[in-house]
Amino acid sequence: MSGPSTRTAFDRAASEGRAALMGYYPAGFPDVETGIAAIKVMVESGVDVVEIGLPYSDPVMDGPTIQAAAQQALEGGVRIADVLRTVEAVAATGVPTVVMTYWNPIDRYGVARFAADLASAGGSGLITPDLTPDSAPGGGQAWIAAAEEHDLDRIFLVSPSSTDERIAMTTAASRGFVYATAVMGVTGARDQTSDLAEPLVRRTKAVTDLPVGVGLGVSNGDQAAEIGRFADGVIVGSAFVRTMLEGADTTAGLRALGTLTADLADGVRRARR
Amino acid sequence: MSEQTQAGVFGDFGGRFMPEALIAALDGLDVAWQEAMGDAAFVDEFETILRDYAGMPSPLYEATRLSEQVGARILLKREDLNHTGAHKIRNVMGQALLTKRMGKKRVIAETGAGQHGVASATAAAYFGLDCTVYMGAVDTRRQALNVARMHLLGATVVPVESGSATLKDAINEALRDWVATVDHTAYLFGTAAGPHPFPSMVRDFCRGIGDEARAQCLERYGVLPDAIAACVGGGSNAIGLFTAFLEDPDVAVWGFEAGGDGVETGRHAATIGAGRPGVLHGARTYVLQDDDGQTIESHSISAGLDYPGVGPEHAHLAASGRAIYESVTDTEAMDALALLARSEGIIPAIESAHAIAGALRKARELAAEKGPEATVLINLSGRGDKDMGTAIEWFGLGDPDRVTAEPVGEPPEESAP
Repeated sequence: MSGPSTRTAFDRAASEGRAALMGYYPAGFPDVETGIAAIKVMVESGVDVVEIGLPYSDPVMDGPTIQAAAQQALEGGVRIADVLRTVEAVAATGVPTVVMTYWNPIDRYGVARFAADLASAGGSGLITPDLTPDSAPGGGQAWIAAAEEHDLDRIFLVSPSSTDERIAMTTAASRGFVYATAVMGVTGARDQTSDLAEPLVRRTKAVTDLPVGVGLGVSNGDQAAEIGRFADGVIVGSAFVRTMLEGADTTAGLRALGTLTADLADGVRRARR
Repeated sequence: MSEQTQAGVFGDFGGRFMPEALIAALDGLDVAWQEAMGDAAFVDEFETILRDYAGMPSPLYEATRLSEQVGARILLKREDLNHTGAHKIRNVMGQALLTKRMGKKRVIAETGAGQHGVASATAAAYFGLDCTVYMGAVDTRRQALNVARMHLLGATVVPVESGSATLKDAINEALRDWVATVDHTAYLFGTAAGPHPFPSMVRDFCRGIGDEARAQCLERYGVLPDAIAACVGGGSNAIGLFTAFLEDPDVAVWGFEAGGDGVETGRHAATIGAGRPGVLHGARTYVLQDDDGQTIESHSISAGLDYPGVGPEHAHLAASGRAIYESVTDTEAMDALALLARSEGIIPAIESAHAIAGALRKARELAAEKGPEATVLINLSGRGDKDMGTAIEWFGLGDPDRVTAEPVGEPPEESAP
């Protein structure tokens, strides 16, 4: 059985008059067990949806922070089975848990097989940064069919450069929520959020009833509050990873992670006050 | 639209697997390229630049001493004589001319051996564009001469330390740059790989190699070659040669991948021979990868062939059987480099030496079957100046204690009287 759709977390947040907080963290960083512990801290401290990164050798959308973490995870020998084990441990907390992955690992593993294994681990779906619904041959349509069969969310990305036609096509193929990339650029915490985000959310919401989450660049509660004013969800990744990278030791890292998460969770709560 | 008729799809390969942020730019590039190719003024300017600036058409040279040794007629398409020393200039002048037409002022490029970087820096200087080249840090060290050339031509060279610090990582870094700068920057992709439209566009800018060679061969000998051959890394020189001959069923098509230490050792870049279908850098193609879909590092003495993917049209030509792909080891390639140097007075790029080695191996079989009239046309895709550092090391030429009066490499066999 797949986990609950990410939609449920958005609906709950909306009923509380706030945006949902989504946290990204790569599996296997710095090792599988510590990674699971880190994500559990994020959940306990207020993350509404968890995105578990599947470390990949050629991550073209990732900035230096997440690249470094993924490379460390791969050098530590993380496998897809470990990613699924992480999903299982996190999903057991009840929070909707999705995997964010480049396409080739899924393609190699087998699309149908991965969908089945993700669902039985309690996962809720996939975010696919280099797979669009029209990626072919053997891409978007294969994934959509497998996701249908296993009742999984398929979260595609829209970008400030997307045409209205593409936003309509992409949202029509999506389930759960739509991932809006707020900046033109790779992942990474930024000092200022982008002014490209709000118009993109507006264009996206014009053609879909799905919740829209905004990612790329958010690193603190104030930024989360800013984005939370107009988006249904605020996605944070590199800031979490950086916190663990910079922690003096695991205990200190986990403690700092809890503090950061609480700040962000407060940010999405004060956004619309 | 069915997958079979979709633009940029070659059988089960090709297509587009890219971040949404780049799709609009790729679509824009596709439209601009198709419009340009339909515009006689653009095509004329491209051909004029290639002729007057870059030295096209390159000669087709009958390598008589080599032919005697093999027992078949060996023809060399002399792309090594092009401006900047390789076929790469065709592609970059086309893409840079297109950049100018699209009104963009900055170009980025990735490079492995440095040939595409040098060609891109050259094109940028020619058109007055700002140019940044991403190059794996491993490659900047083994291709210092080309780094210096790029600097002299005014390009910024960024050594890439991430991943395996080779060509694939340089592509990743260039893509990361492009995601952030796509509104004013064109990505001059260096090979016939990547997402649509790059494989088709690069092929069309390079196809002069085969178009010229086919016409030159017919004019001089009145027949088509029995076989054509090229080295395959990403595959731009090979697809540039092959395209003109794909509809000639009697012409055998041979591609030679880098076998490194030998495919059986696992240290190689024989993507078609030992890879599995997957997605890398935006296209479905053969990829050197493990069971989890992680890219496996490739190995080759030739930086230009050291790539764990391959252009999707080659993947299709291999799967359909129209072209035959085999591998050539580092040792075989360096032997061929020495052989060509001493038989013909041509020092080829190590990439091209793979084509020579593989083609001569197959030519001997062909000669046994068809006799001395058998004709093999090999694309000599680049010259060897950039590889002298590697050659010095390989042949021990740089060690003063090892300098002898004797030349290096296998001496050419004396032909029978």
